[in-house]
Amino acid sequence: MATPTTTLAAPLAAPATASGATLAVEASNLVKRYGDVEAVKGVSFDVGRGEIFALLGPNGAGKSTTIKMLCTLALPSGGTARVSGFDVRRQPKAVRRRIGLVFQEQTLDEQLTAEENLRFHAVLYRVPRDEVDARIDRVLRLVALEGRRKDLVSTFSGGMARRLEIARGMLHTPAVLFLDEPTVGLDPQTRALMWDDVTRLRKEEGVTILLTTHYMDEAEYADRIAIIDHGQIVALDSPDALKRKVGQDTVELTTADNALAVSRLAAAGYRCQEGEEAVVVFTTDGESQVARLIEIARVPVSNVHVHRPTLDDVFLHFTGRQIREDQGERMLSMAVRARAGRR
Amino acid sequence: MATTPLSVRPSTPSLLDERGDLVAELRTIGMVWERELIRFVRTRTRILSSFVQPILFLFVLGYGMTTLVGSTEGFTFKKFVFPGIVAMSVVMTAIFSAISIVWDREFGFLREMVVAPVSRSSLVIGKTLGGASIATVQGTIMLALAPLIGVHLTATLVGQVIGLELLMAVGLTSFGVFVASRIQRIEAFQVVMQLLLFPMLFLSGALFPLKGLPTWLAVLTRLNPVTYAVDPLRRVVFAVQAVPPAAAARFSTGISLFGTMLSLSAEIGIFCVFTAVFLALAIVGFGKPE
Repeated sequence: MATPTTTLAAPLAAPATASGATLAVEASNLVKRYGDVEAVKGVSFDVGRGEIFALLGPNGAGKSTTIKMLCTLALPSGGTARVSGFDVRRQPKAVRRRIGLVFQEQTLDEQLTAEENLRFHAVLYRVPRDEVDARIDRVLRLVALEGRRKDLVSTFSGGMARRLEIARGMLHTPAVLFLDEPTVGLDPQTRALMWDDVTRLRKEEGVTILLTTHYMDEAEYADRIAIIDHGQIVALDSPDALKRKVGQDTVELTTADNALAVSRLAAAGYRCQEGEEAVVVFTTDGESQVARLIEIARVPVSNVHVHRPTLDDVFLHFTGRQIREDQGERMLSMAVRARAGRR
Repeated sequence: MATTPLSVRPSTPSLLDERGDLVAELRTIGMVWERELIRFVRTRTRILSSFVQPILFLFVLGYGMTTLVGSTEGFTFKKFVFPGIVAMSVVMTAIFSAISIVWDREFGFLREMVVAPVSRSSLVIGKTLGGASIATVQGTIMLALAPLIGVHLTATLVGQVIGLELLMAVGLTSFGVFVASRIQRIEAFQVVMQLLLFPMLFLSGALFPLKGLPTWLAVLTRLNPVTYAVDPLRRVVFAVQAVPPAAAARFSTGISLFGTMLSLSAEIGIFCVFTAVFLALAIVGFGKPE
């Protein structure tokens, strides 16, 4: 049962007078210095309303610092930013009232129930008294925790706690929801569940979502990705466009007569070459081309393999390095193995 | 974080929702207060331990010392020390209630509070009132032991005691919040609080009369804020007891400052000043972001 009265309340809407009424976030040349260290070196981007926008980069790239400045938790050393039309420097309270925050670290009170945590938040973020119950119902349903409403948070698993935090972040119908590394420490199933929640939030509540991650597969969920490295944005586009920038798809055809296939495909205008065991064709949108390629080659095909550039390729292309998924975990597992080997 | 006034630019977006600030802040104070109480009720060990210590003091000091000190015309040391023990239980509960801030920091909940669009003062006042309420209830329950000691209670007296307990509790919870706001770790809080608490209790006149002390000790007791909360409590309790003149001389009440005896209202006034200072320090020190 949807309660339309509790969705985006009118006073929380963006100021109509502001120039960027259609933009949820406008960051312009943001700089953050800690002493001599420049953590963020002039970052600019816009996020449209209802967009899922990801800041992707390795640990220490400046993602969290950028988010902190947008959330008014860190004062920019330079540049400006507006969130939902309000200046983060001049109107921090107005900004905070319109944003939801989910941090890397848990910020729930485990001695309270899920409902009590939400009620506390509702008061701090001025949810009108007569809307609180309906809002709590709604956000708990959004993350499928309505059955755990009266349970102490100390009985929750890590994944449930994180989803409750997302629900809490949505309680006051924010215009923008900030998620800082929302899936760190969660197992793959829980991560998938959480992503279901996030996409549902966007669809049903129309919220703009700005998140940071260092997981490649998660950035895929975003409408647009900004790759951050050493405090600067090195690339910004949709996942597909970024992949296209890196290179074309490759289609490998294993045929009965590779040489003949290559000559026919080349005659038809395809860029291709004869590999060791297969014909390699470079093309855009390889998957939809497969049928045509086979038709043109007119030789029996025994195997087809389409390779699309991954975000890993994208990241490598723009930063010259590979992003290591969870270096920490990897080192840990190495340490465990080393210890096991000693026995 | 510096908050620029919102009205500096004429082109500032609609401020309609900035109205009703006071109501929102009051709701926040109420919510933070409620949370403190919920947490207290859910922690059974805390409830238990906060009762055991004062009762232990009462029996050890009350009964133990009475045999040593004896009584003056039937007025025992137990009766003298009873208001002091009530005060001690309030002070201890109040100061230690601030540990919740350190817990909140450790478990991340402090962040949920300090990033919210509410004023820091509301958070501190809510916390302080929460801790103070618990401490007041604690001290009031201690009054149930009065008949056992032979201390006579009247309805007016209970009302006066509750009022004084509340003031004492607000002052010392603020003090606790101020200290807690500069401490990162639970262990450190416990050590620091023990270090501060015992001198504050022992040098407050809770356990001995403040008359005829060596100068250095007299000075220390006069510098101690708790002194100005214990004496009013003892005064109102003694006012309805039959205190023989000889006992009144031996187990004296009142604080002399620069040669003059302070009136009850002067003592309360001094404690109110301490409370205001502690509260201000607590608000300034609370939840400074990283």
